[in-house]
Amino acid sequence: METRELTCIGCPMGCALSVEMEDGKVISVSGNTCQQGDIYARKEVTNPTRIVTSIVPVSGSKEEIMISVKTAHDIPKDKIFECMKDLKSVKVQAPVHIGDVVLENVAGTGVDVIATKEAL
Amino acid sequence: MYDVIIIGAGVSGSAIARECSRYPLKIAVLEKCEDVCCGTSKANSAIIHAGYDAKEGTLMAKLNVEGNAMMDELAKDLDIPFKRIGSFVVCTDEENRDGLTTLYNRGVTNGVPGLRIVERDELKEMEPNISDEAVAALYAPSAGIVCPFELNLAMAENAAENGVEFYFDSPVEEIKKIEDHYEIHTPKGIFNTKYVINAAGVYADTIHNMVSEDKMEIIPRKGEYYLLDKSAGKHVAHTIFQLPTKMGKGVLVTPTVHGNMLVGPTSMDIEDKEGVNTTRKGLDEVAMKSSMAVKNLPMRDVITSFAGLRAHHPDHEFIIEEVKDAPNFIDVAGIESPGLSSCPAIGVMVAKMIQEKTGSVEKPDFKKTRKGLIKPSEMTLEERNELIKKDPRYGTIICRCEMVTEGEIVETLHRVIPARSLDGVKRRTRAGMGRCQAGFCSPRVMEILSNEVSDIDMYNVSKSGGHSNFIVGNDKEDL
Amino acid sequence: MKKVNVVIIGGGPAGLAAALSAKEAGETDILILERDTKLGGILNQCIHNGFGLHTFKEELTGPEYASRFIEKVKEQKIPYKLNTMVMDISSDKVVTAMNSKEGLFQIQAKAIILAMGCRERPRGALNIPGYRPAGIYSAGTAQKLVNIDGLMPGKEVVILGSGDIGLIMARRMTLEGAKVKVVAELMPYSGGLKRNIVQCLDDFGIPLKLSHTVVDIEGKERVEAVTIAEVKDGKPVPGTEERYTCDTLLLSCGLIPENELSNQAGIEISPITKGPKVNESLETTIDGVFACGNVLHVHDLVDFVSQEAKQAGKNAVKYLKDQEVKATKTIPIQTDNGVRYSVPFVVRPEDMDDLLTVRFRVGGVYKDHFISVYLDDERILHKPSKILAPGEMEQIILTKKKLMEVDPSTIRITLEDK
Repeated sequence: METRELTCIGCPMGCALSVEMEDGKVISVSGNTCQQGDIYARKEVTNPTRIVTSIVPVSGSKEEIMISVKTAHDIPKDKIFECMKDLKSVKVQAPVHIGDVVLENVAGTGVDVIATKEAL
Repeated sequence: MYDVIIIGAGVSGSAIARECSRYPLKIAVLEKCEDVCCGTSKANSAIIHAGYDAKEGTLMAKLNVEGNAMMDELAKDLDIPFKRIGSFVVCTDEENRDGLTTLYNRGVTNGVPGLRIVERDELKEMEPNISDEAVAALYAPSAGIVCPFELNLAMAENAAENGVEFYFDSPVEEIKKIEDHYEIHTPKGIFNTKYVINAAGVYADTIHNMVSEDKMEIIPRKGEYYLLDKSAGKHVAHTIFQLPTKMGKGVLVTPTVHGNMLVGPTSMDIEDKEGVNTTRKGLDEVAMKSSMAVKNLPMRDVITSFAGLRAHHPDHEFIIEEVKDAPNFIDVAGIESPGLSSCPAIGVMVAKMIQEKTGSVEKPDFKKTRKGLIKPSEMTLEERNELIKKDPRYGTIICRCEMVTEGEIVETLHRVIPARSLDGVKRRTRAGMGRCQAGFCSPRVMEILSNEVSDIDMYNVSKSGGHSNFIVGNDKEDL
Repeated sequence: MKKVNVVIIGGGPAGLAAALSAKEAGETDILILERDTKLGGILNQCIHNGFGLHTFKEELTGPEYASRFIEKVKEQKIPYKLNTMVMDISSDKVVTAMNSKEGLFQIQAKAIILAMGCRERPRGALNIPGYRPAGIYSAGTAQKLVNIDGLMPGKEVVILGSGDIGLIMARRMTLEGAKVKVVAELMPYSGGLKRNIVQCLDDFGIPLKLSHTVVDIEGKERVEAVTIAEVKDGKPVPGTEERYTCDTLLLSCGLIPENELSNQAGIEISPITKGPKVNESLETTIDGVFACGNVLHVHDLVDFVSQEAKQAGKNAVKYLKDQEVKATKTIPIQTDNGVRYSVPFVVRPEDMDDLLTVRFRVGGVYKDHFISVYLDDERILHKPSKILAPGEMEQIILTKKKLMEVDPSTIRITLEDK
C-alpha cells in the first residue's frame, strides 16, 4: 500500500489530503473537509492533468511578434514539458484568431494547441 | 598628443574639463564607467553647502564658499535646476548650544553670507515639522540643493561642446612617464598627453600611485540613504542637519530639486572601492536617526535606498596640487563633502594651474552656455502641442510616474554625451525614478534604446553598462 | 472644450466592463482613455488560464477574457482612445490627457469612472539591503518580457513574495526553461491562491519558504546570488541565512492602487486600501466620480472586477440622469476584529439597490470563525467560515429593506470565534 500526500486546491482551506492507494487504485482519501477534496484527490492521484499555456512567434502581424496559446483541453501532467518542447519549433503566420489551432495533437496527447490572442 | 587628459568624469573632472575648455587645448576625459557621474558624484546628499563646516583656512572652506557663490550663474548658464533653499543645523539640547556658536563663528570666518542663529519659535515657524526637542538652529540662507547628475552632465556636455573628447569604458591601467609627456594605457588604447589631471574619486590613490613614490591612500567612506516619494517632498522646506551630540552625528533630511525627500547618510569606512551596497545596519541607522531633528517623517513613503562612497583622504582636506615627483601631473584627490558644492571652484582652480603652465589665452569662441533637454512638463498647453505637432514622440508618455515622454528619452540618446543604458536614460530624464521604480517603463525604454542606438539590441541593452544586461536569452531556448 | 458624459480612465477589465454597463444603462456619450497600445490592460500579459469561471462559467486565459469584453465594446461602438495618457483630473471633472496625434487636450466630463488599476510594490519600498544590479524585476515586468516579447530576463531565479503573479511567473519561467530555485514569503502564509501554490510550485518541485525574506543581494553588475533568512517578529533570524546563486530576483510583494490622478483631483483615499473612499454607488468623495477595479482596492479575481465595474458604470448613468435620491442619511461601515476594510466605506440606504455587495479582506488567517454583521447592536448575519485568509477577498450582501427598516447609525462587519 502506498500513501500520497496532497494539498487540496478546492478552496483557501488547502486541506492536507492523504490518499491511500493500492495497485494504482484509490483505497481511501482522508484529511478532506468536504466532498470536493475527495473528488480532487482521486483525480489528482490517478490522472493528474493540466492546461498548459505559452507563447509562440507570429510573423506578418503589425501589432504582435508573439501570440499566446493554450492546450485546448487539459493534458496529462507528465506531458507538460514534452508539450513545451513541441511548441519550441512552432511559428505561425498572421492572421491568427482566438481558437485557431497552432499545433495539432501536442506531445501525442490528442489535444491541440490553440491561439488565445488575435494577431492580424 | 593631448595637452590635457583628465581621469574621471565625475563632478570634479567635468568641472575641470569645462573650465579648461576655455583654452585652445586638446583635451580628453577618460572615464572607467559607461557614463558621466557613476561614482561619488552620483550618490550623495545633493546639497550645496553654505561653507560653515570646513575648518577655517582650509582649501575645503575656501572652495566650498567660492563654489556655492558660483552656483546661481552656473545653473543659469547650464540650464539646470538649483534652489537656494537654505539650511538649518538644529540643536536639540541646550547644553550643546555652544556647538552652534562655534559653527556660526567658523562660517563667518569662512565668508559664509547671511548666517544667523534662529531661536526655537522662529525655527518652528520657518520649519513646522522640526523636532519638538529643537532649541535653536544655525540658519544658512545660502545653502542650496541641486541635481548632482544634471550638474555633472551639464558641465561635461558643455565641455564636449567646447571640444573636449570623452572616452567611456576606459579605465586607466597604467601611466608611463616618457620624457616630456605621459603615456596613459587603457583597454581602448594609449593616450599621450602633456598634462594629467587625476580626478578619479575613490581611485585617485590608485592613479596617483602609478606615477609617484609618495604613496597616497583614499578611503571609501560609505554613506547610506533613503529616498522618499514626492508625497513626502514637502515635509521640510530646508536642508535640516543635526548638531552632533554625544550620541554622534545625525543624518540630514532635505528636499531634492525634483520634489522628493532625501534622508541620510551614514558614515562607514570600508575597503571595497565598489562597495555601494546598502546594509541592514546602515539603513536602520538612517531610519533611527531620521527623527532626531525632524518629526513625523513618513518613512513608509520610502521608494528606494542607495549607498555612495566618499573619497576620503586621511587629512580630510582637498588635495589639489602638482605631484612633487611627477611634474605636470595634478592630483585632485580627497574630494569628499563638500566636493559637490566646491566643484565649480575646483574647476576654476585647476584650469588656472593649466593656463599658467601652458600660457594659454581664452578662446574667443568659448561657449559658456548649454541647453538642457526639452522639458515638456514645464511648458504651457499650447507650447506642448506645438512641440508634439513637430515631433509626435513628445506626446507619448513612457514613464507614467514621472510623466517622461518618448521624445525626451530619444533626445538623450542623440546628445553630445548620449545615454547608453537605462540608468543613463533614468538619470537624464527621470524615467524610472518614480514610485514604481521602472516596473512599467523599463521594457519600453529597453525597446527605445535598441531601436535608436545602432549597436544596442534587446540582448545587450543594459542597466548601467558592463555586464548589467537585462535579457539573457529567448523563451524555450534551453528546453 | 470638448464635453463627454462619461469619461472612463483605463481600458483594462474594469474600464471595459464599466463602459459596457454604462452603455447598457442607456448612455451613448462614453469615452475610454487607455494609456497602452491596446485595450485589455494587464490581462494581455496574463496568458495563463483560470479567468472567467464566475463570469463565463469556463476557464479562460487573460487575453481571451479581455477579448470577450473588447469585442463587445467594439460591437457597441463605444469610443476609445489608445496610447492616451491622462495627465490630470480636476475636482470639477476636467480631464487633461495627451497622445501623439492630438497632443495635450482637455475634456469636460459630466461623470468620470476611475479604472486605472494598480502597480507592483518596487524593491525600494521593500527595504532590501544589498547591491542594485540588473536582474531585479517586479514579477509583472518579467511577465511582460516573457509573455509578450518572448525574452528571458533570467535563467536562475529566486522569487520574493508569494503573491499570485509571483507564483504564476515561477511556473511560466520554469516552462520556458529557467530554473526557479525558491520562493520566499515574508508572512507565515501565502498571499496567493492555493491552486497556484499547487500548480505553479508543487508541480515543479519549487520550494516555498514561509516567514522568509531576502537579506542580501550580491552582484555589482548583474545579480549573482541572493540570501534569504527566516523572519521572526519582523526581524531576520541570524544563523538561518541560505544563499542561492542566481541571476534574477523577482519581486511579487503586493500591489498598490494607482491613485495619483485621484489625489490630484482631491479625492479622499483610504490609508488601508490605498483606493478612494467610495459609497454604495462606488462614488468617490467627489460627486460624479466613480471608481472600480484595482484602483479602488486590489482584487484576486478579475470576475469580481468586472462585477464591480458593472455597478460603477450603471451608477454613473444613474448620476447623470439625476436619479440619485438626495440622500438624507449616510451610514458608515465599520470594520474590526480582523476585518481590515470594506468597500464601500459608507452606505446611503435611499440610494442603494435592493441588494448591495460589500467586499472586504481580513488581516490574518482565521480558522473556524464567523463573519458577523451588526446594524448598531443587532446582529443580522452570523456566517460560519472554515477559513479566512488575507489573500482571499470576502463578501457579504446587505439588503435595502433591512437597512431602511432598522435605520442604524452604523454598520459593523467583524469576525467572531466560536
